[in-house]
Amino acid sequence: MTRDLLDKIIFSTFDNPYLNQKHDGAIVKFDGEIAISTDSFVVSPVFFKGGNIGELAVNGTVNDVAMCGAIPKYLSLAFIVEEGLKMNEFIQIVESVKSAADESGVLIITGDTKVVERGKGDKIFINTTGFGEVHPKADISSSNIKAGDMIFVNGFIAQHGMAIMSEREGLEFESTIVSDTTNINFMAMNLLDKFGDKIHLFRDPTRGGVASVLSEIATDIGMGISINENDFPLEKQVAAACEILGLDPLYVANEGVFISIVSADVATEFLAEMKKDPKGVNSRCIGTVTLEHPNKVVMNSSIGGKRMVSPLIGEQLPRIC
Amino acid sequence: MKYLSEYRNIEDTQKVLKQLEKSVSKPWNIMEICGGQTHGLVRNGLLELLPDKIRMIHGPGCPVCVTPLNLIDKAIELLDQGIIVCSFGDMIRVPGSKKSLLEAKAEGGDLRILYSPLEAVKIAKNNPDKEVVFFAVGFETTAPANALSVLHAQKEGLTNYSILVSHVLVPPAMEAILDDEFNSIDAFLGAGHVCAIMGFKDYYPLVDKYKLPIIITGFEPLDLVQGIQMAVDQLEKGIYKLENQYARVVKEEGNIQAIKVIQKVFEVGDREWRGIGNIPESGYKMTKEFKDFDAELRFGIDNIVVAENSLCIAGDILRGLKKPVECPQFGKTCSPANPLGAPMVSSEGACSAYFNFSEHSIF
Repeated sequence: MTRDLLDKIIFSTFDNPYLNQKHDGAIVKFDGEIAISTDSFVVSPVFFKGGNIGELAVNGTVNDVAMCGAIPKYLSLAFIVEEGLKMNEFIQIVESVKSAADESGVLIITGDTKVVERGKGDKIFINTTGFGEVHPKADISSSNIKAGDMIFVNGFIAQHGMAIMSEREGLEFESTIVSDTTNINFMAMNLLDKFGDKIHLFRDPTRGGVASVLSEIATDIGMGISINENDFPLEKQVAAACEILGLDPLYVANEGVFISIVSADVATEFLAEMKKDPKGVNSRCIGTVTLEHPNKVVMNSSIGGKRMVSPLIGEQLPRIC
Repeated sequence: MKYLSEYRNIEDTQKVLKQLEKSVSKPWNIMEICGGQTHGLVRNGLLELLPDKIRMIHGPGCPVCVTPLNLIDKAIELLDQGIIVCSFGDMIRVPGSKKSLLEAKAEGGDLRILYSPLEAVKIAKNNPDKEVVFFAVGFETTAPANALSVLHAQKEGLTNYSILVSHVLVPPAMEAILDDEFNSIDAFLGAGHVCAIMGFKDYYPLVDKYKLPIIITGFEPLDLVQGIQMAVDQLEKGIYKLENQYARVVKEEGNIQAIKVIQKVFEVGDREWRGIGNIPESGYKMTKEFKDFDAELRFGIDNIVVAENSLCIAGDILRGLKKPVECPQFGKTCSPANPLGAPMVSSEGACSAYFNFSEHSIF
């Protein structure tokens, strides 16, 4: 597999005026503030139930841009391909990138492909950088968070991490758990249209799961976060798989899932709006921001006790996303 | 999730807690043997919900915690020799004398993290030109699967598979704890999953010799409060006997098939426990028939000896003499990110339970 061949596949798949300039880079126009986010994707296995590394690389970065309160517009795309990756697998991944980009309304405007010797990579690594226009009504910043704010999640947690887990070498178990990797930019932008600066924070709990993100936020804002174990949307099969493997779903990686911290006065309407979106039908309020226990996340356990929720140290699952 | 959700029921758990409050008249010290039980108590917030008079002492039942330092160094030595080492995930962040398995992996060691030792046999089969070692850590619970991996390898005619054995047994550890003159234990919650394998016949002599209640107990909130209630009932009445709270899983004779597999591959021998020292007849070693599958002998690493970290009080923690928060290093020089000893690393370790879930967390 040569670089030239890979380039041919890429140019014919992504065909657009920016890319076709074939410059060293792309020149694009933005009005106003832009949000930029970059991420590298090294997931193993590359193909998993519900998706592959290609769509993960698009959705992951698109969602990160959206979490900044910006409308994702453009992506850069860089592949590091290990010798030995099958051509049909590469094509499948590129096609997934294309369809995920189309679905989330972004264009691939610049990119790079490197081939490394066998053993110097793990089939394929992808880096994407996303560029988005900040939504005119957005004022996303943890410094806007106030005591009493409500915390929402748009659907079942831990699904992506467990889908990957179920296919990892040495850990295979039979399940029909499917990754929920998807773009959530349109849903997030719709919420910004309706609720503007009432939305204080968006965050997607990928690595380290919901627990780690909430812990980081609590430390950031110097306030406490109180969550309820019973309120977490957890699909039955995922709960059972976590149980069998001894994993805490709160720490399992997510895709297509985001947390919103919202002013309490719009909480009811906000939840109703989330539920209208096909990607938010299982939305729930999972907790509140509080002046009690500053810097700490405390969970009310399902049997009426309390426990601390601390950030993930190291990795619960190696290399999920 | 049947048999789990019922035992996480808030009403039932609260009912037992209320009953417990009524029935306890004086202070009692109860040790839960198993680290899984410790975590069940802490992560559900049960320690704060129990009557003040009941003091739970956390036992040594965390296999990762009691694995001696030199075993980790031995596994690292195997990695350095270019051998594929397979391990349960918990083990890999425990510090050895110089580094952890995870650090050895970062330096290029071929470490594989598995859920089942049978996967290690597969790896051996797929890598015929490489030696593959499974780090066989654990109590009686993991022994059947580890033994079975050896039987599978033998059946497949594999000559490149062996296991690094560090199996320990619960009853001798309980005896060692009770023989300690500083122990203050009034009753035990026996380790449910260990008994699911081994049954509980071995515990009758302990009840008689030390005259204290032992309740074989499960891991869910309702299991734990029921086990505590049964212990308190006996203590208040001044009686002592063996009872089985976890009857939905544990039978008196245990799992006969699993015991047979264990006995084929392992025999009882002396074992060193981290922080406790050598306990006679407290672990498993390979039987003569399976010597070829013993990684220590095969790779000549049986002589590696190292001293424990002198700042870590894991021994006192594991014997229930001190609580994690009573350790001067707790949350300061010792945290899950920079652990001095295994109880801070393992998902079943008492120190990690306190650090991650309780109010004593420094976060």
